[in-house]
Amino acid sequence: MTESAAAVALRVRDLRKNYGKVQAVDGVSFEVGPGEIVGLLGPNGAGKTTIINTILAVLTPSSGSIRIGNIDVSRQRSLALARTNFAAVYATLPGNLTVVQNLRFFGLIYRVRALSHRIEELLRQFTLDALRDTKCGVLSSGELTRVALAKALLNRPRLLLLDEPTASLDPAAARATRSAIRARARDTDCGVLWTSHNMYEVEEVCDRVLFLSHGRILLAGDPRALPGEHGARNLEELFIQLASEPLAHPSEQLT
Amino acid sequence: MRVEPIAAILLRQWYLLRGSPVRALPMFAWVGIDIVLWGFISRFLNSVSAAGINFTAMFLGAVLLWDLCGRVMQGLTTAFLEDVWSRNFLNLFASPLRISEYVTGLVIASIATSMVGLAVMLALAVPVFGLSFLALGLHLLLFLLVLYGFGVALGILASAMVLRFGPASEWLVWPIPALLSPFCAVFYPLTVLPAWMRGVAYLLPPSYVFEGMRAVLQGRPFALLPALCALTLAALEIALAGYYFVRVYRRAVRTGLLARYSAETVS
Repeated sequence: MTESAAAVALRVRDLRKNYGKVQAVDGVSFEVGPGEIVGLLGPNGAGKTTIINTILAVLTPSSGSIRIGNIDVSRQRSLALARTNFAAVYATLPGNLTVVQNLRFFGLIYRVRALSHRIEELLRQFTLDALRDTKCGVLSSGELTRVALAKALLNRPRLLLLDEPTASLDPAAARATRSAIRARARDTDCGVLWTSHNMYEVEEVCDRVLFLSHGRILLAGDPRALPGEHGARNLEELFIQLASEPLAHPSEQLT
Repeated sequence: MRVEPIAAILLRQWYLLRGSPVRALPMFAWVGIDIVLWGFISRFLNSVSAAGINFTAMFLGAVLLWDLCGRVMQGLTTAFLEDVWSRNFLNLFASPLRISEYVTGLVIASIATSMVGLAVMLALAVPVFGLSFLALGLHLLLFLLVLYGFGVALGILASAMVLRFGPASEWLVWPIPALLSPFCAVFYPLTVLPAWMRGVAYLLPPSYVFEGMRAVLQGRPFALLPALCALTLAALEIALAGYYFVRVYRRAVRTGLLARYSAETVS
């Protein structure tokens, strides 16, 4: 282990995933620093979720390496995931358990210390106290998102993966969530990998973005500076521009 | 293996039972019906038979033990299916939870729930139909150990099948005990089976249990070697089922099945 390896929350090197002849992820490399929020952007099918699934070790990469902190995910999966957590719209918590039951269940799995105290903290933080004994199956999508975020912060992760975390939230709740995650990243040096189709949100939240298309990173940089550098009025226009372009040859990528 | 993640799997089952008492019904309803049905059949056979055979011990005891084995398997499979039905795989397997901890949690949950079934069976069979397990003596402990072990092996195998072939394969899993019962010689001696069925029976630990049970009840000497053979087989089959589960899991991770496991059918 080198010092620089330990100084990043996440290091992905030359990641590839193919399904037969289909190359879902094609040689992706990037890092997320401690306290940094990195946006992973791209059109549907670009490979964002595949990358997140490989980081979470629910999908084996065809080649490449993933390190969470200084831990190799392929060699020490359980240890690496103990310092990671995630929330995704497609990974809802069991609907037949109440909010508190779900948090206690996952808290035990993540071996959270002083679990009851931690659960109370998160219930307050995400204004879930009134819903504590409500089964998750009857919650609104916004409430479910808040529970999923509470679960994602249970173990005070060093790396947080958020796949469209505010997709189901109203503007006020989405803003509160962004603030909470920014504060979490700033105060605890937690690295965050964030996917979203809301470019205004990405501009507000992310320190850096990676534009992904056809499994490759086409563009990387500051979301507030990139549009101007590439002749676009804003990030959304740049997104549409990149998404509609045929895949550039790797040597011609706009990095 | 760590205690907390295993406790989490058990706690989840407890929450589910507490939250919906209907889930407790299968633990004892079907075994209760079986005991009543076979209890009366045994009573009738005792009344018309002059051969001095104790049908209550022979049939009712066999039903009780075989049901127990099936309960263990179904308890484990149902606990696993809870995660299928609630689409919880991604949350579970993207966590630090190890496969060994997950499976251990399922096994303990199934043993605990089948104990409830066993208690209900005994509560019905002993006072109502006069079944006496004391006749089996200490051999009963050995029989229970083998049947629990085989039930666990079947449960792990069934869960692996659901993971491999998708949620729709659930229907393949439930009839497994019924399919195996003719080979396990639950109600008749192995000698009545044709040679090929006997060959299969020798690979199934319960067949040794039921042969042993009949021997003890008929006052024949209890053979230790077959009993040890049954225990060894049960342990081996648990290990094989565990190995198969891990292989299926790794394949699911490699192919991406685990990440998108919710489709009705997968291939």
